[in-house]
Amino acid sequence: MFVHFFHELKKANVPVSLREYLMLLEAMDSDVIERKVEDFYFLSRASLVKDERNLDKFDQVFGHVFKGLDLVTEGHETQLPEEWLKALTEKFLTEEEKAEIEKLGGWEKIMETLKQRLEEQKKRHEGGNKMIGTAGTSPFGANGYNPEGVRIGQKEGRHGKAVKVWDKREYKNLDDSVELGTRNIKVALRRLRKFAREGMPTELDLDDTIKSTAHHGYLDIKMVAERRNKVNLLVFFDIGGSMDSHIKLCEELFSAARTEFKNMEYFYFHNCLYEGVWKDNRRRHNEKMSTWDVLHKFPADYKVVFVGDATMSPYEITYAGGSVEHWNEEAGALWLERVAQIYESAVWLNPVPERHWEYTPSLQIIKQIMGDRMYPLTLEGLDKAMRELSR
Amino acid sequence: MKFEGTKNYVATDDLRVAVNASITLQRPLLIKGEPGTGKTVLAEEVAKALDAELITWNIKSTTKAQQGLYEYDAVTRLRDSQLGDARVKDIRNYITKGKLWESFERDKRPVLLIDEIDKADIEFPNDLLQELDRMEFYVYETNETIKARVRPIVIITSNNEKELPDAFLRRCFFHYIKFPDEETMRAIIDVHFQGLKGKLVQEALNIFYEIREVPGLKKKPSTSELLDWLKLLLSEDISPETLREKDPTKLIPPLHGALLKNEQDVHLFERLAFLARRERN
Repeated sequence: MFVHFFHELKKANVPVSLREYLMLLEAMDSDVIERKVEDFYFLSRASLVKDERNLDKFDQVFGHVFKGLDLVTEGHETQLPEEWLKALTEKFLTEEEKAEIEKLGGWEKIMETLKQRLEEQKKRHEGGNKMIGTAGTSPFGANGYNPEGVRIGQKEGRHGKAVKVWDKREYKNLDDSVELGTRNIKVALRRLRKFAREGMPTELDLDDTIKSTAHHGYLDIKMVAERRNKVNLLVFFDIGGSMDSHIKLCEELFSAARTEFKNMEYFYFHNCLYEGVWKDNRRRHNEKMSTWDVLHKFPADYKVVFVGDATMSPYEITYAGGSVEHWNEEAGALWLERVAQIYESAVWLNPVPERHWEYTPSLQIIKQIMGDRMYPLTLEGLDKAMRELSR
Repeated sequence: MKFEGTKNYVATDDLRVAVNASITLQRPLLIKGEPGTGKTVLAEEVAKALDAELITWNIKSTTKAQQGLYEYDAVTRLRDSQLGDARVKDIRNYITKGKLWESFERDKRPVLLIDEIDKADIEFPNDLLQELDRMEFYVYETNETIKARVRPIVIITSNNEKELPDAFLRRCFFHYIKFPDEETMRAIIDVHFQGLKGKLVQEALNIFYEIREVPGLKKKPSTSELLDWLKLLLSEDISPETLREKDPTKLIPPLHGALLKNEQDVHLFERLAFLARRERN
């Protein structure tokens, strides 16, 4: 029962386990739901999906696996002229009428009849209670009232009852490639934590105090240093030009990283890293720091993060003098390689959606220099990047 | 025992199925969703609908799993022993029951709400795996096993601040409360303010969804904020006409404080109002 469905979910990378599958079967067995497709969809969703990020994938698989159920409607949807389905009138039914429609029979019967009717019917139909059209009480068509109605080409149900909710894929924007807010970023950044006790002993070490007191026979208080996140971070932000459209995302990343890491250093560059970086964009021409100084100043245990779209002319990376802003003695690629050599953990975060990456040659060059450690600036990408850094 | 929503709470079909599945199979139900979409209220309403007692365990960042089971008060016992208190003989006097224990003791099935589980330490859900699965735990101090008389209905809410461990998730039913569409929203308003002027609701909803659509908002207003705002509109007796008034100088809706909770958002709106005014002139 539903083994195929289960495997399809696995294939689509929805994390499902046998335990959840058995739970679903148990629920089916104990008659939690009435035998309705919609309820089955809700039940399987509640038992198999455990993260809203996967809801969209689930909807897709469900729609695809149980496609047989909607084959009939799908096939005819395009054949119905659109103006038929434009709502002209709305009919409100009394309770008795609703009860009457309820009697019309189950799902399968309705599908069968629909097929028949579609063949019978050739004209637009309104009102009435048999033919397909708008505002009637026939089980087919839009805007009418029939509790078991099949929705044909209507945007949203007035009564919210027509069957194929999963095709709406309402959870689309919760997929984990959504842009992030600071709260989420902080959570993702938390992966990169290495606690260590260093510095002044300011906290009472209870275990050690008890042990030592018992050992000595007098109250012997032991102190330890506070636990701190030991990770040191060096961040380079690409600023200006094509990065302007990603400014909000970068701001969010920046503010989240600032609160999460006590030892965070940041510098700006434009398009590609060259011999100079700066800390204040207003005075970038006067207060440039030599990149060599930066690389010498921060020891090799710093973790390096580049944030940039890596979108430029390839010459800006590979040739000396390729920079759009000034004459650079050495190629940008050389500088990037130096960074990658000195700092073992380094990643590049790219706000450009991953699906566009392969069309930008400069992006590919940088990705190669970074040893494939380029991640999209989404929750998922950030998560992967932090895992990479914490290795 | 089936949950069908109550007169104070509008439950969508999918939510109803999830709740009923978790009640029937006696598995915990994990609820997530935007803040203010009624996660905590759900537990209260389930309890009310099933006429069961609600036991709430609010989780903080310092909460330990053990606190839900029991706590052994060694300090009081030490003090009592020095004062020669007779209570010292029985260690049971110094064991304080936690919320989980409390819910295990009930003869009638209670609803146990574990609120905002993501606030606690990352290991917290793992520490509760066995306890929630088997509904029993062992008290070392007294050498006894506490077993639930009736398995409580467990509802867990999360705000998604931390990811929950897979082993824990596998044991739960999951439901994500999505933001209600306009139709559901009207049903919710109906439940909260009976006989509210239809026009006022319409205007208010229009403004509400417009605000939610404004790009760049830091915090979108949610259901609970809409309800607060309507309460204010009612008490100030603001007419639907005032709401509809598209006077550019008043682009910020009246009593916006209930909807916009962030200073930057209010600024954003003022800026938009300014732009709109300039366009007119």
